[in-house]
Amino acid sequence: MTTEARTIRSTRRRASRWASITLTNAILIVLVCVVAMPFVTMVLGSIKPQNEIYSTSIKFLPSRWYPTNYEKLFGETMYVRWYLNTLIVAVSRTVLALFLCTLAGFAFAKYEFKFKKPLFVFVIATFTLPFQVVLVPLYKLTQTLGWVNTYWVMILPFAAPAFIIFLARQYIVAIPTELLEAARIDGAGELSIFLRIVMPILKPALAVMSILVFNAGWNEYLWPLIVINDQKLFVLNLALPALRGPYGNEYGTVLAGATLATIPVVAVFVFMQRQFIEGIMAGALKS
Amino acid sequence: MAAVAVGAEQLGVRQRWDRWWTRNQIKVLPYVFISPFFVVFALFLAYPVVDAFITSFMRQKGLDPPEFVGLTNYVNLTQDPRYLKSLVNTSEFALGSIFVLSPLAFLLAVVVNSRMVPWPNVKSVYRLAFFVPLLTSAVVVSLMFGILYDYNSGFLNALLSSLFGDGAKVGWIRDPKVALWSILLISIWQFTGLNSLYFLAGLQNIPKEIEEAAIIDGAGKWAMLWGITLPMLRPVVLFVVVQAINGSYQLFAQPLLLTGGGPSDATVTMTLYLYETGFQYFNLGYASAIGWSLVIIIVALAVLQLRLFGAFRDD
Repeated sequence: MTTEARTIRSTRRRASRWASITLTNAILIVLVCVVAMPFVTMVLGSIKPQNEIYSTSIKFLPSRWYPTNYEKLFGETMYVRWYLNTLIVAVSRTVLALFLCTLAGFAFAKYEFKFKKPLFVFVIATFTLPFQVVLVPLYKLTQTLGWVNTYWVMILPFAAPAFIIFLARQYIVAIPTELLEAARIDGAGELSIFLRIVMPILKPALAVMSILVFNAGWNEYLWPLIVINDQKLFVLNLALPALRGPYGNEYGTVLAGATLATIPVVAVFVFMQRQFIEGIMAGALKS
Repeated sequence: MAAVAVGAEQLGVRQRWDRWWTRNQIKVLPYVFISPFFVVFALFLAYPVVDAFITSFMRQKGLDPPEFVGLTNYVNLTQDPRYLKSLVNTSEFALGSIFVLSPLAFLLAVVVNSRMVPWPNVKSVYRLAFFVPLLTSAVVVSLMFGILYDYNSGFLNALLSSLFGDGAKVGWIRDPKVALWSILLISIWQFTGLNSLYFLAGLQNIPKEIEEAAIIDGAGKWAMLWGITLPMLRPVVLFVVVQAINGSYQLFAQPLLLTGGGPSDATVTMTLYLYETGFQYFNLGYASAIGWSLVIIIVALAVLQLRLFGAFRDD
């Protein structure tokens, strides 16, 4: 083969490679647009008048700036209160779960005690139980305790999720035991070892776990739907469908509310991508 | 005198307690540390699960006193068309997730990971873009798609009719043949990116040497896929399948908010039916039986999966 022929062949091959790269990326970019489309509909819909949200022609941009949906949301509904409720529930769940689960994970990772192994297996086994099965009895219990329409009922059942204990143990096992021994020799109590040594080392892992718990809390729907019927205690997921109004057609306010409800989670994601993805992947890789 | 003596004795108790505590705290504390989980578990999971089991043998409507009816609830389940339909729908949805959503996610992972996307930054942009839908709550997702799916003035039908004329409109959530698949489409939109991340992690875990060895042995692309890549991905595949099945059994907000389980039961799911029975008709005994049937199915599936795929890794 002459050098010339070889050059032509390799040029051709390079050209065809670039052609398929271009095609693949074109398809991927179209797909990204398809994925983004519902978000675009939501955000742009929130500044559109009602008759433009539903329309027989395709028009993405609103014909004029229309802030009425947001004005209604803040003026005529308890949106701020619902937002705070959601925040209170999600943050309390996160703080409680992080403290209780790392404590338990610490025990499973760094202590020897009777029945440790079966107890841990038991903890893991509990997360296969479908939550739906306890809905009816848990609701009865809630009524007996007088907890219907309280913050407690949205927080306490999720105070110590088994999966977070499992994750915390995985992270704490990696902490060198000598570090804890050294503190023990210096006379530190077990609880202060946990608070002063384990917790600071665990900071990056805590970020990962808090994202998981916070997200679950922010997005919870079925349980609050059952135990909360007082509008003052609504979380966003209960409030948004209710915003559709008596005829179920006031989508402008709904979209405004949904847009603002989605922002915190997306913001956390943008600022903490790495921890976010690590948290999600932990489920797949560590089990 | 006497007062001092008592004081000294108390000090003794205190000291003895301190000494005992320094010696034994390491044995006692682990149980203290794990106890919150077991308290929460006992109160909010164990007790209700047992209570649900007992209630499932009762006829109990609302606040009326329960009446023992033996297996009646379970027998009724086997003849209840709406329940059976919810079983079928849930299973179809699970199969759809496994055989449509998961392969799409795998394809996406392979393409984004391949040399067809040569720039690392662009790779991560794709990954993140496909991942973002995961962040929206099921409620927000349902409300968004409710607008897109509207028959007369939703975006999708506007697009279809402008391209192919009015005849091309689809009854996304009002045609019984289509509705369940429209809901699956929402899940595809929401979870493909996440699942492709799982696959990606698995793909990156496969040692390069194995693939190189196969190429030297002359393995083609398909042989590589079936002979090496997929078998090496087995743990990830298992995880993705388990997630798909769990997701199907939890499917609730989308049918509740978009279709109410209709049209003609086409989208009724097990969780939705449980919710209706327990909290709209207050038929607590029957709802508990539905709940327990769910436990039985999920445990059976878990055992089956472990048999098919082998046990989880030991570590």
